[in-house]
Amino acid sequence: MIETATIEKTFDVESIRKHFSILKRQVKGKPLVYLDNAATTQKPKEVIEALVGYYSMNNANVHRGIHTLAEEATAAYEATRDTVASFINAASREQIIFTRGATEGINLVAYSWGRANINAGDEIIISTLEHHSNIVPWQILCEEKNAILKVIPINNSGELLIDEYEKLLSSKTKLVAVSHASNTLGTINPVKKIIEKAHAAGAIVLIDGAQSTVHLDIDVQEMDCDFFVFSGHKVYGPTGVGVLYGKKELLEAMPPFLGGGEMIKEVTFVKTTYNELPYKFEAGTPNIADVIALKAALDFVNKIGKKAIRRHEDELLQYATAALQEIKGLRIIGTAKEKVSVISFVIEGIHPQDLGILLDNSGIAVRTGHHCTEPLMACFGIPGTARASFAMYNTKQEVDKLIEGLNKAIKILS
Amino acid sequence: MTTNNTIEQTEREIVEEFGLFDSWDDKYEYIIDLGKKLPTLDDKFKLDENKVKGCQSTVWLATDLKDGKIYYKADSDAMIVKGLISMLIRVLSGHTPDEILNTKLDFINEIGMTSHLAQTRSNGLLSMVKQMKNYALAYKLKTEAA
Repeated sequence: MIETATIEKTFDVESIRKHFSILKRQVKGKPLVYLDNAATTQKPKEVIEALVGYYSMNNANVHRGIHTLAEEATAAYEATRDTVASFINAASREQIIFTRGATEGINLVAYSWGRANINAGDEIIISTLEHHSNIVPWQILCEEKNAILKVIPINNSGELLIDEYEKLLSSKTKLVAVSHASNTLGTINPVKKIIEKAHAAGAIVLIDGAQSTVHLDIDVQEMDCDFFVFSGHKVYGPTGVGVLYGKKELLEAMPPFLGGGEMIKEVTFVKTTYNELPYKFEAGTPNIADVIALKAALDFVNKIGKKAIRRHEDELLQYATAALQEIKGLRIIGTAKEKVSVISFVIEGIHPQDLGILLDNSGIAVRTGHHCTEPLMACFGIPGTARASFAMYNTKQEVDKLIEGLNKAIKILS
Repeated sequence: MTTNNTIEQTEREIVEEFGLFDSWDDKYEYIIDLGKKLPTLDDKFKLDENKVKGCQSTVWLATDLKDGKIYYKADSDAMIVKGLISMLIRVLSGHTPDEILNTKLDFINEIGMTSHLAQTRSNGLLSMVKQMKNYALAYKLKTEAA
């Protein structure tokens, strides 16, 4: 048993790694080097134990049952809501709605808030950096409502052009939807400034926190965003659970997204009245086990401390950036001043897919391709990149292995 | 590429060649070498209608029918895919639509390249095999109609 207390005092990556048993496995006969954390993070044993524990001891449907198991399951399920609320500093637990992930959170807002509030000629602003999840729901909404989608451009470093953003804002702008951090480039966007300016123009703002929540301190009240979404699986939690945070008055005014059990107050064939927040948006039996295990993930992050994690990841980012730049013909895509620990790169004359396959052959997991940001790739005039993204458990030795693997791949491919 | 081998004979040949390699590194080096040696497809064939698009790499595939046999020409922007294509062409080119439609291409599994045919969106090889067979089916139907 590893004492979490020992981690607290000093950030010790070797102690942290012991919580992630998957890191001990081999791939293609070599020790796994997992650098695809922006796609999904590995899960500490605390999360896995929470899942197993729930199904072994507490499995019951939540909220309705009067028996002991139902009460235990409900208490654990609702405890996660409190933990999430404090993790992102929401003013109240009712503002935390469980979803399947960030994508569903964005879709929920697009369908529910969007259909009630967007009219012909209205404008929605997104950015060039967005993941398809924060593009397509708005495109669908705009098409349906004859609204207009506008896009904030970026500079060569992959930073949003705030002056251009200001020019896009007008009384027609109803919503601004931008990522807190870019999944492809790592750019951290100045969300506070973006929100302030949107509010001054009378628009509301959704922040896609899929990439930021694992790396940065999140304070939705200080940020003053109207909606914030993130996915559990990118914060060391299970897949299939995510969070939508919204300002209370907005959530209260919004019509339900899905109809069914749990979200109702009273049903007759003439009229149904809806349950209060957050249940109005949680129709059907929720993903109980994964919600419960999400608490274990957030508790784990809290114990180690986001500041210490950020410091460690920053160190890895700097170290890897310097080492990658030594490789001839390698170009880093995304050189913003403020970045989370994500590095995208291309190597002259080599297709990213070949790099990905050969790195995998060396036991190294990176992501290659367009990272679900095709418009962004088009903006840089490239079909895709190779991307290494770091988490709390990665080490400098693993960065060295990446460099070694890349040099080997380049030698074979050129 | 002309051959008197049956599809199965060429598959056996490839499996035997791969049997000589001790490591994955050697296998990939060999595949990459095949990719490098596959002649680049002339730009006039690099048309949208010849594109087999995967999530990551693009493959172009063109065909000719001569004396009832299909001859494939192909290219890719990614080298390992190109090497795998080169093997597919070696196996399938110069055979009749029926022969091509009836082969299972077991050699891909036998040389350990199954992952490249997995149901991921990460590459175009699976779509490429389907496309090669689609051409065979199209030629077969056309011939039967005539």
